[in-house]
Amino acid sequence: MHAHTHTHIHTLNQSQTQTLCVAVNMGLVMGTFSMQSNKQDRTYRKDKIDDDFELSIVCHRPEGLDKLEAQTNFSKQELQVLYRGFKNECPSGVVNEDTFKQIYAQFFPHGDASTYAHYLFNTFDSAHSGSIKFEDFIMALSTLLRGSVREKLTWTFNLYDINRDGYINKEEMTDIVRAIYDMMGKYTYPALKTDTPKQHVDAFFQKMDKNRDGVVTLDEFILSCQEDENIMRSLQLFKNVI
Amino acid sequence: MASGVAAWLPFARAAAIGWMPVANMPMPIAPTEKNKRADELIVLNVSGRRFETWRNTLDRYPDTLLGSSEKEFFYNEETKEYFFDRDADVFRAVLNFYRTGKLHYPRSECITSYDEELSFFGIIPEIIGDCCYEEYKDRRRENQERLMDDDEDKKDAKLPNMTFRETMWRAFENPHTSTMALVFYYVTGFFIAISVLTNVVETVPCGATPNTKEVTCGDRYTVAFFCMDTACVLIFTVEYLMRLFAAPSRYRFMRSVMSIIDVVAILPYYIGLVMTDNEDVSGAFVTLRVFRVFRIFKFSRHSQGLRILGYTLKSCASELGFLLFSLTMAIIIFATVMFYAEKGSTSSKFTSIPASFWYTIVTMTTLGYGDMVPKTIAGKIFGSICSLSGVLVIALPVPVIVSNFSRIYHQNQRADKRRAQKMQKARLARIRISKTGSSNAFLHSKRNGLFSEALELTSSIEEEQQLSKNQSLLESQHHHLLHCLEKTTNHEFADELCYEQSYLEGALQSYPSQSPSLSSQEGMTGTCCTRHTKRNHAPLPNSSIPTCALSHTHPHHNLQELSTIHIQPLNTSRSSLNMRVDEPARLNCQSGTITTAIISIPTPPATTPESDAHPPPSGPALQNVVKVSAL
Repeated sequence: MHAHTHTHIHTLNQSQTQTLCVAVNMGLVMGTFSMQSNKQDRTYRKDKIDDDFELSIVCHRPEGLDKLEAQTNFSKQELQVLYRGFKNECPSGVVNEDTFKQIYAQFFPHGDASTYAHYLFNTFDSAHSGSIKFEDFIMALSTLLRGSVREKLTWTFNLYDINRDGYINKEEMTDIVRAIYDMMGKYTYPALKTDTPKQHVDAFFQKMDKNRDGVVTLDEFILSCQEDENIMRSLQLFKNVI
Repeated sequence: MASGVAAWLPFARAAAIGWMPVANMPMPIAPTEKNKRADELIVLNVSGRRFETWRNTLDRYPDTLLGSSEKEFFYNEETKEYFFDRDADVFRAVLNFYRTGKLHYPRSECITSYDEELSFFGIIPEIIGDCCYEEYKDRRRENQERLMDDDEDKKDAKLPNMTFRETMWRAFENPHTSTMALVFYYVTGFFIAISVLTNVVETVPCGATPNTKEVTCGDRYTVAFFCMDTACVLIFTVEYLMRLFAAPSRYRFMRSVMSIIDVVAILPYYIGLVMTDNEDVSGAFVTLRVFRVFRIFKFSRHSQGLRILGYTLKSCASELGFLLFSLTMAIIIFATVMFYAEKGSTSSKFTSIPASFWYTIVTMTTLGYGDMVPKTIAGKIFGSICSLSGVLVIALPVPVIVSNFSRIYHQNQRADKRRAQKMQKARLARIRISKTGSSNAFLHSKRNGLFSEALELTSSIEEEQQLSKNQSLLESQHHHLLHCLEKTTNHEFADELCYEQSYLEGALQSYPSQSPSLSSQEGMTGTCCTRHTKRNHAPLPNSSIPTCALSHTHPHHNLQELSTIHIQPLNTSRSSLNMRVDEPARLNCQSGTITTAIISIPTPPATTPESDAHPPPSGPALQNVVKVSAL
């Protein structure tokens, strides 16, 4: 009897060893797992908080009012009104692409304005810094609203020329046109067919591409637009916007 | 459209220049600001405190008091300011709404005064920002409960002209309304107690007669207990039948928990009466007697606390479920571990894993009966881990349940919770309506806009003013922008119904080609579903009507009015408002709704569908007249 219990106290038989191994394994696994996720959570949260903190620190102040007035075609009052609106929406003084897309999307509740807003953003952000400052904003507005016809058309050419190589090819134009059609949304009259953008692009190239080389250069573009009365008229449409 | 981005509208319009080279058609004329003023500061004097803001800030929300011309009523000529005799502190929150686009609820304000100020200034409280909305809703709910409690106290006065049935029901539900009800309440309570006591005493061993072994009281005084039982069951049956008679909705009453408890309490007796003393069914009969204990639940009608407890358990279903689930998981794990740990030891009680379940449950709930104990070292180690983890797993969800109970007990919000959920949906619906108002507003005002453009040409000023007065400059500029987009893509915005309709039509028939004489595609051509629902919508804002409506300005007035507008087309390209009438299918969009008819010249007005009630007023001698009748 004594020996019997003795054996049982001092030796672990096979099943007990098995149990011990399983349990220890389980414990290790669960421990490391929980610690792992804990650490990940912490780092993720830390990054996020740091990012937000950083963004809120970055604050850009534009140059003086006089300087801006000299550089653009706006008067002081107009600049004031513009800046107030700009600052209201972007207190930090810069617009990043997401905010830009959000703002632009508010005007087009029917469809998806994000693609077109993306191209717009790239055109506004002439320095390719990833954010638009107030100066970029009003430079572009000055061109669009108060600039000469040539300046407006150049700006539009830069909008269409997505990769900034000086030529507009069919793919770029199709992207732009498709982005414009996206803004219409799904419910249109007549219903949008899948090749409507393509037809539109073909018509465009028919008109603009003078030497039929498949790309539109800046001069071809300006020339063709100046020939079209509708386009000339519509360019003057927004003169009194501010 | 959100107000803050109103400042970005010039930018959005300027960016529209990017569409111009792509467009094939001329763009619509931009709306002009008739009396353009430089932005000026206006002074708002609220009970002596002066607030100053830009006029444009207030114009962002044209459907509120400060944003509309309603504020002119408060203009003081001498001091050149707007005077409001209202609370200045709450006005701060109101003005900040205009500035930032977010409405906040100041916690120090009373909820009723805040609500009153909001309704005075024409702001719906649903747009309170998420940061303050919960607080607002909580305070509102508390206030309403207080009002309800007051109402209940007042309601006890007996209403005249209640039918006998209604009186009975009221007596059952509120025992303190009349003496009879109180008597009834106490009598039933007494009998429930008697019945439960009887059931309990029945099983007590009650002295032994000399020759037989000990018998229970129930067996000894069978007749007495039977009579007692019968009496109680009779009372309960009568009570149930009376409640059933008095209930306003019998079906709903029968489905309610209390009535089910009543039925279950009295049913065993009747089943026992019916059944004979058969050997086979006596086992089932014994089971039925167990159900008699349900009579104790009848007390919940008498005790508020019991009802709240029941409701708490119901509302904490998820926590209870979690508790159960985690316990089950832990039990299975530990039972397995203990089984294998104790497998080796001799004469071990842990014969199988299910047998170990019992040990695990007893240990985790810290009962520790001691009928099963581990003998091996490994078993003891795991046993102690088991009991420690048991304490944790059980202790975790319990405080949640406790706090729930206390919350419910203090607030007693059974029905309110249901109502709150409905209001959440209503809130989202209202916000959605005001947000989608912009998209529908465009479609809506497009029709209006066509009228106003057409009218401009005939220079009938009054009608034009009438039609366009509701649209602020901001809106008209935004709509002009959307109009330009339509022109660029040569497609028009439509809503879902029209889209599906035109989709079907496109599949069925080819698109009729317009003759070149129809030089412009604006005007009436594009209006797809010229449809009007005839039903009178109860006062909904214009924007909430989802159908695209060819509207005169008040679509939810009596739609039987015929409004004919005579339009003289001039020889400019924009104004030829002719339309082929060879699109009858499109006119009669959907069955069941009345269509508005667009007639074009020179076909006689008889082609108008459903125009029987109103013959066209002007003779066909008038060439180039387009009549639009909205039926």
